[in-house]
Amino acid sequence: MTSVSGWGRFPVVDSEVLRPRSFGAVDAAVVAGSVARGNGRAYGDAAIGAARTIAMTGFDRIRSFDPATGRIRLEAGVLLSDLIDTFGPQGFLPFVVPGTRFVSVGGAIAADVHGKNHHGEGGFGRYVDSILLRTGAGETIEVSREQNSDAFFATVGGMGLTGVILDAAMRLRRVETGWIRERVVSASDLDAAMRALEAGNSATYSVAWIDCAARGRDLGRSLIYLGEHARADELAERADRFPVGKKPGLTVPVDLPSMTLNRYSIRAFNELYYRMGARRAGADHVVSLYPYFFPLDSINEWNRIYGRRGFLQHQCVIPEAGAREVLGEILERVAKRGDASFLAVLKKLGYGDGLLSFPQPGYTLALDFPVKGDILNFLEEIDRIVVAAGGRLYLAKDARQSRATFEAGYPALSRFKAIRRSLDPACNIRSKLSQRLFDEVKP
Amino acid sequence: MTSRKSVLVLGGSSDIGRAAARAFAKAGYDVALAGRDVAALEPDAADLRARYNIEASTRTFDVLDTASFDGFVAGLPALPDVVISIVGLLGVQQDAESDLAHATTIMRSNYEGPALILGLFAEKFLARGSGTIVGVSSVAGDRGRASNYVYGSAKAGFSAFLSGLRARTSRGGVHVVTVKPGFVRTRMTEGLKLIGPLTVEAPVVGDAILNAVEKKIDVIYVSGKWRLVMFIIKTLPEALFKKLKF
Repeated sequence: MTSVSGWGRFPVVDSEVLRPRSFGAVDAAVVAGSVARGNGRAYGDAAIGAARTIAMTGFDRIRSFDPATGRIRLEAGVLLSDLIDTFGPQGFLPFVVPGTRFVSVGGAIAADVHGKNHHGEGGFGRYVDSILLRTGAGETIEVSREQNSDAFFATVGGMGLTGVILDAAMRLRRVETGWIRERVVSASDLDAAMRALEAGNSATYSVAWIDCAARGRDLGRSLIYLGEHARADELAERADRFPVGKKPGLTVPVDLPSMTLNRYSIRAFNELYYRMGARRAGADHVVSLYPYFFPLDSINEWNRIYGRRGFLQHQCVIPEAGAREVLGEILERVAKRGDASFLAVLKKLGYGDGLLSFPQPGYTLALDFPVKGDILNFLEEIDRIVVAAGGRLYLAKDARQSRATFEAGYPALSRFKAIRRSLDPACNIRSKLSQRLFDEVKP
Repeated sequence: MTSRKSVLVLGGSSDIGRAAARAFAKAGYDVALAGRDVAALEPDAADLRARYNIEASTRTFDVLDTASFDGFVAGLPALPDVVISIVGLLGVQQDAESDLAHATTIMRSNYEGPALILGLFAEKFLARGSGTIVGVSSVAGDRGRASNYVYGSAKAGFSAFLSGLRARTSRGGVHVVTVKPGFVRTRMTEGLKLIGPLTVEAPVVGDAILNAVEKKIDVIYVSGKWRLVMFIIKTLPEALFKKLKF
């Protein structure tokens, strides 16, 4: 038994961890209560097996790549960082990347991760053509939109609960350069922020960083980052076509004491961040894809900033109608508390593809909270607001929502369960998350 | 046909072997992967072709079958520019203390086989007047420790072989690199307690090997910290060393 946790380091639980080296060994590894784990960037308990966790990062081979079409077949443990570093200089990038590049392809499919382009281009699963799936019943099957399509749409966004994703075929995006033409828009309050995101609907990439310490008239003040892939002729002559993805230079060496994060340091940081960003507002400029897409990747083990007890991320999506009032209410409560994240993220989402995919049209707000005091009660209050508004929480970030909150947010659950039962009648594939939220078998 | 440089990786299915193959392929080398289970090497060869648009092939090689070595070398379509031996077996020290067969396998896997095959390549390279030989040895060969001296002594023999070979071949245009990786998170060390700050991932070793080959470095400790650690361990007086538990 090993102590295992997600990126948020809460909860920490015991699970046997196996590291198979062949697909045959994966077969042998799947017993009752197993789930696959990629690079461990899910925040909560999604990638921890009820009894056994199957570590998949050893499966990191590219099977084939067609430079004429950008079609690629690869093993599930390949990290997006590896894909970007290998195929970026050849003019290809993943269509969808989340806020960290250190996630595996299998994990990105299982969570149907979204990026800053979800409003226009959808999630990671939209660019996946087929998946080789090892089901809990012991079969290895190919699933796609045409073949076993029920299993395909349950697997995209299915949090690894339809089986172990072994490999996948997907499409990469052709790009001229590895640079992003960015425009920063500053918004003085929530209304302005939402208007700016709405206006940014036609941009390929858009995201807002909210100052979640700001209150009153400043509530929701933020910086909106719009982005387009830079063409070769937009680069300064000296710039390389493809920037180098540096290894993280800074490492947070130890768990910071919990007092480091307090309402004063957070307010000061947000003030500084907002002002520095606002100075860059207006004109377009070209930035490397790495800081644009992965701002936190430049600091190794940044999860230690929140101290030994870890942190919780609360990421919800609120349907468009009434979103202004609901987001205002949540931000007001968070600002009043004063111990939320350095920065909150707000962005627009479009339709999700998988049965349990998180995205639905509306606004998603992501907030980090250190694990301390009455935070669990506080987040339950926020959950009630989300549920009343017809919203839902992101499973890849979740460590604590209740069954009721989950069931209210994911109406396709019963259909998902039926497909899961057909693939795995004995319910061998189980994670700590599935036990917490919807498994009917007892642990 | 091709003017690209080529590398042969003996022990190509190991984690360090795969990492070294990737580092060289990325730098534009054609790669041949050799190992006991040639079918298991095929996905790795396909990976290198898909990623780096180079030629990658596979060959059967068993380090314990020394009788096959002449045939193995003669059967290569071309003599590579670089040959890397990553073959090794950690074994289980406690078993090796009483089980002669196990001790023999550890010694032969870490010393006899790698030394003999690299020795063969050295002769071919000298005849050609060029080539680079890389032997992956171990910091465990720097001083015998109570906890792994069967493995360590074989690696010590291998390190001494490489050092002598280097002294002999350097005037003939042939360079020999000794790699002492320290703790690496691989299949071999799975389940062992490794000291975090002294532990590296396999790709770091792969890049370090490429760098040593291209810059003609003789001996590399992959993490600079190990040079210091082993200096201290090597200079401890025997009277004190034998009382230490590690």
